Amino acid sequence: MPEPMNAPISAPISALPGARFDGLAHIEEAGLQGMITLRGDLASKPVKAAVTAATGAKLPALRQGTQGKSGMALWMSPDELLLLCPYGEVGAVLDKVNAALGDAPALAVNVSDARALFSVSGLGAREVLGKLCPVDLSPEAFTPGMIRRTRMAQIAAAFWMEPDQSFRVICFRSVAAYAFDLLKDAARPGASVGVY
Amino acid sequence: MLILTCPCCGVTAEETEFAAGGEAHVKRFGPGASDEEFRDYIFARENPKGVHFERWRHANGCGKWFHAARCTITLEVFGTYSAQTTTPPKAICAAITAKRPGWTWRDFA
Ligand SMILES: [Zn+2]
Repeated sequence: MPEPMNAPISAPISALPGARFDGLAHIEEAGLQGMITLRGDLASKPVKAAVTAATGAKLPALRQGTQGKSGMALWMSPDELLLLCPYGEVGAVLDKVNAALGDAPALAVNVSDARALFSVSGLGAREVLGKLCPVDLSPEAFTPGMIRRTRMAQIAAAFWMEPDQSFRVICFRSVAAYAFDLLKDAARPGASVGVY
Repeated sequence: MLILTCPCCGVTAEETEFAAGGEAHVKRFGPGASDEEFRDYIFARENPKGVHFERWRHANGCGKWFHAARCTITLEVFGTYSAQTTTPPKAICAAITAKRPGWTWRDFA
């Protein structure tokens, strides 16, 4: 969807505002989402304090996400987390994170505008992602609270599962249209495989 | 198709989630290396039929580098291990010996 020509240049706009599709699963661009990449020693006190300050959540375990009062913390790699908060609060949250980190060798960066976020929900959600990613998405193997970084067809992507068994998928903003088309295609009515 | 387990994040996936990084344990000689040593560092590779050691990166996952021991004939993976080592760990060598008794690869056996 093209940006309206008369939109003020300062108005934040998500990658594909309003994009949605209903098929084997319901796919929706999830709008603006505050995202902060935090790199550092995950076992260190300053990093744990930064996670709590930003989200109210505990430090997530390996390949898990934790929900806090004001946001979410997602495990990205042995030395990297992704912190989620409301888009409009990223600046303030980043200040809290940096205050908590102090002099610790760590790095926190606002990456909100570098990413796109989608939600994939409904009965076919597991199958839609299963068609695109080399991941076991059976209900036994992939459960709410888990996050997985992987390959979605030709792009890098990550997804986690919410308590209601719907997925949130993130990818780079520059490939948002490709990601949406992939998800849409995998969810086309009549394209059910029925493995999950 | 190879099935690899990343020792850094524990994910098991097929090879398209990873990126191949060439032969493992290639030694770079220090300042004052001879032309022959530098030539071998750049060009000399094992290219074996059988047991092989490689570097891989979990490119579409946690992003970390690691080592893998595998068979180039069957694509069987004997094990994966930390990138922070210059020799395969004993457990990996034992796992290979159990499957391929008498194997050798460069100076390792
Ligand atoms: Zn990994």
